[in-house]
Amino acid sequence: MSTAAPSAAPIVALTEAAKHFGPVRALDGVSLSISPGDCLGLVGHNGAGKSTLVNVVNGGLAPTSGSVAFPASGAASALAAGVRSVFQELSLCPNLTVAENLRISHSALKGMNWRAPARAEIRAALDQVFPGHGIDADAPVDTLSIAQRQMVEIAIGFAPRGTEARLVILDEPTSSLDAGIAEQLLSHIKQFCARGGAVIFISHMLGEIFEVATRILVMKDGKVVAEKPAGGFTRQGLVDAMGHVATEAAAAQAARAQGEEVLHTPEGLRARKGEIVGLSGLAGHGQAEALARLYLGATSSWRSPREAGMVFVAGDRGRDGVLPLWSILRNASISILPQIARRGMVDRTREAEITAEWKARIGIRTDDVTNPILSLSGGNQQKVLFARALASAAPVVVMDDPMRGVDVGTKQDVYAMIRAEAARGRTFLWYSTETEEVCQCDRVFVFRNGEISAELTGDEITEERILEASFEMEGA
Amino acid sequence: MKLFAKYRILLPVVSLAVLLAATFYMQPRAMSYFGINLLFNLAVPIALATVAQMMIIMVNDIDLSLGAFVSLVACVTATFLNDSPMLGVLILLALVLCYAALGAVIHALDLPAIVVTLGMSFVWGGLALFILPSPGGASPGWLRTLMTVKPPYIPMAVCASVIIAVVTHLLVIRSGIGTVLRGVGGNARSVQRAGWPVVRLKALAYGLAGLFGVFAGMALVGLTTSADANIALRYTLLSIAGVILGGGEFTGGKVSPVGAVIGALTLTLAASFLSFLRLSPDWQIGAQGAILILVLTARLLFTRRDAQA
Amino acid sequence: MKLIQKPWLWSWVAAAAAFALTVALTEGRGAGELAYAALSFGAFAAIVGLGQMLVITLGPGNVDLSIPATMTLSGTLALKAMGSDPGTAWMGLGVAILVGLGTGLANFALIYLLRLPPIIATLAASLLYQSLAIWSNRGLRIKPPAGLADFATGRTMGIPNVALVGLGLSLLIWVLLERSVWGRWLLASGQNLRAARLAGVPVEAVRAATYVAVTVFAAIAGYLLASFSGGAALNMGAEYLLMSIAVVVIGGTSIAGGMSNVPGVWGASLFMFLVVSMLNSYGAGAGVRMVLTGLIIIGIVIAASTRRVAR
Repeated sequence: MSTAAPSAAPIVALTEAAKHFGPVRALDGVSLSISPGDCLGLVGHNGAGKSTLVNVVNGGLAPTSGSVAFPASGAASALAAGVRSVFQELSLCPNLTVAENLRISHSALKGMNWRAPARAEIRAALDQVFPGHGIDADAPVDTLSIAQRQMVEIAIGFAPRGTEARLVILDEPTSSLDAGIAEQLLSHIKQFCARGGAVIFISHMLGEIFEVATRILVMKDGKVVAEKPAGGFTRQGLVDAMGHVATEAAAAQAARAQGEEVLHTPEGLRARKGEIVGLSGLAGHGQAEALARLYLGATSSWRSPREAGMVFVAGDRGRDGVLPLWSILRNASISILPQIARRGMVDRTREAEITAEWKARIGIRTDDVTNPILSLSGGNQQKVLFARALASAAPVVVMDDPMRGVDVGTKQDVYAMIRAEAARGRTFLWYSTETEEVCQCDRVFVFRNGEISAELTGDEITEERILEASFEMEGA
Repeated sequence: MKLFAKYRILLPVVSLAVLLAATFYMQPRAMSYFGINLLFNLAVPIALATVAQMMIIMVNDIDLSLGAFVSLVACVTATFLNDSPMLGVLILLALVLCYAALGAVIHALDLPAIVVTLGMSFVWGGLALFILPSPGGASPGWLRTLMTVKPPYIPMAVCASVIIAVVTHLLVIRSGIGTVLRGVGGNARSVQRAGWPVVRLKALAYGLAGLFGVFAGMALVGLTTSADANIALRYTLLSIAGVILGGGEFTGGKVSPVGAVIGALTLTLAASFLSFLRLSPDWQIGAQGAILILVLTARLLFTRRDAQA
Repeated sequence: MKLIQKPWLWSWVAAAAAFALTVALTEGRGAGELAYAALSFGAFAAIVGLGQMLVITLGPGNVDLSIPATMTLSGTLALKAMGSDPGTAWMGLGVAILVGLGTGLANFALIYLLRLPPIIATLAASLLYQSLAIWSNRGLRIKPPAGLADFATGRTMGIPNVALVGLGLSLLIWVLLERSVWGRWLLASGQNLRAARLAGVPVEAVRAATYVAVTVFAAIAGYLLASFSGGAALNMGAEYLLMSIAVVVIGGTSIAGGMSNVPGVWGASLFMFLVVSMLNSYGAGAGVRMVLTGLIIIGIVIAASTRRVAR
């Protein structure tokens, strides 16, 4: 991989690039240029705009306004400019072998005898990044471990593939790698940048950021809030820059009398009667999975008792919550049907009464509950899902990041509702990506890499403590 | 033991070997050039049809019209291809292009393949009836010769199966484009992200299915010497079963051409097996079902054990 | 929702058009007979179609290919049990329903325990049912009891009895889907299995019940068809494999699941018979009839998909 001498022209240059999704400003005017030799560390809390920025750079999303240019190569597209992305979600074809996966993204490999060069190229790439990797180029990807898949994906990102990689974007590349392998990757990144390549490196491991990054970019609310050479930050300074400037004191946290323990999972989640338990940490660190496991284990696919013991409020509405063909009424009542049925038939009068009651209590904004659920805004759809769960008598309510894309007004309504229900003795398990919400809980579990990394109660629940527990402060 | 997980082809091979051994044990006379030819005679068209179905399953769709399509091809072969070869070839080519277009339309409009191919099964069946309202026609002489050729030592049916397996293996597993096609079944988004036109790939997969469907119909006529509009209707279900029996899966682009051919051979053999067992011929169809269930159960047990290991 | 948006409307419009075009040719003569025949033959398609509709409502990948074999098996075993003796009709029906329960449970056992895709599970099982039917039917030419045969071919108040049975079953299914907890659960599972499970729906129980329901309906249809046509035949169910799927799709039930349409199944069943009669009376051959049927099915699927995109 010989490179051209580092030229002054940046590989990619963004000018006031912005990306709006409806009213949401995911990226709110970012100017940035990345030159050969740069290794840019990108940090920020959930929803800060990191992924949107990455997708604008690699051509996956067109900016709403502003521009993206590739001055060094003069190419029109990110692909032609040598911009490669290695995503957090695995994007290999699991049914193909390692070498075959290289073939998918390497159209220059032609002819009947493409296998030998493909094998050689992926082997060389793997050897270069992860010496002693032990991955067979002919192994089908679905027989590899998650870490090995991640390594293959990274190697494909750096492989020449007919042209040359100029800018490689790595989104949480070390999330499933152990320390030794991660170290190999970091030293490869340093070599790659020294030879005139460039890297955007996103990680929750602050140690790694400090080790490889030449510059660190801190994002918050779609904007770049700080950009300095890596030496200009301390770890604590980074955490402070990511956090909110000031949150109003959590006054609502009057100590409540707590009942007996109603829940204790093997992995260490505990909850008492009437308690609001928060699950926190960076998104994708096992919180949603822990809640799904808990709920699926506590309920059955074969029986539906009249009185459910646990209910679930989905946050990913499209995947886990909304039944899209149905009316608001039917969506709201699905969980209470056994409760109000007579000889297997739905008691439609009671169904309407209960739904009307919850529509009023939780403030679902609609004239007619027989309207389709999809006619509602996202926030109001979420209220329907809350009504679905709260209308049942279940003592435990599991909530999987339920406030995603919900407006502030709705949030305040729901917070009040949750507190009122908790005061009546219901237990809430609440995973949220917004630290502010978690700070309102009685007890908080912070997740990192699929495990609980901290349990905080009372005064310990601060944004700072949660951020510290979410990021790996020590080590590499 | 990760043996079965590592070599997915092993289970179909073992299934066929066990069945074959049982057949020879029941009927030692079948262990001859002539006997084997008889056992596997009808396997060639079924193997070709199974490969065709595999092309569709490879891209996560399913084809319910294949049996009707093979019947139609048989009718065209026994009439047009026999009477005016040029016209016959043109018609068959047009049929392959129809299949390719079908694939493109299904992908572009995001239609459920199962329903579209269901509709096409009526279309193919109708065309076949139109061409050949009553059984008849004749096989072109060269085709008859080709299908009844007697190579030395190894019977024709076995030779042909090996050739089909090797050619499709090269096409689907070894070649670059075959790899990309399997990638479409495995993770279409990543193939698209790498800059491939998925519509064209889908059309190619369907076109290949059409091509092998055409071969299946021609081979069938070569063996039976005449055709009728319902001659191959059961191929739809047989071909699906053959793909699954051969280690393929309905989703995820996990298919094996060699396995598919072996699956087709196993199904053909299963039909004759119980007749050798001197069980009543009533159970011939049921035996195919039972063998299908047994093999799939075995596969489940092995994959479960591997998952635990 | 306005009338024009009702998904079942189109199948009824198409059926009416086919009816009108056929009758126009004869200048009105034979309209009564045509309607009667359409109701008689349509009833069988409608009964199996209702069962298939429930399965398809479960969502993509769910389909029952064992319908023809179950029909043949239930017709055969029921006739054998009755042995043409008078007064055995109810017992025969009981046998048929037991056959349906048995095949349905066997199908779901394969799907659930062996984790087989429903297509391959019902296909493999149907081969076994078919053999069972061949084995038990061999050499037997049993006629249905006279009373039962008279009922199956007879009429009440001018409407064929089989159509009345079909209407009764349709009403039952309609009530179940619209009013019962089980119907709600089925529709929820079909829209989004994961969301339904997370909302507390016992999705496996719903699936099991649905796979049993479809074979029970097929078994009842087989019992009636055998009585209607004076005996069970080994291929009597064959045409209902594709037919059952076709009437569901034409009837406006979504192949994507979660939406059933009982009236549409009837409209489509009548249409499938009437379009054949129409093409027949215009002198079209069997080939042209089938080609047009296929093109109509595809046309309806494309129309449905563009409607979906437009929304």
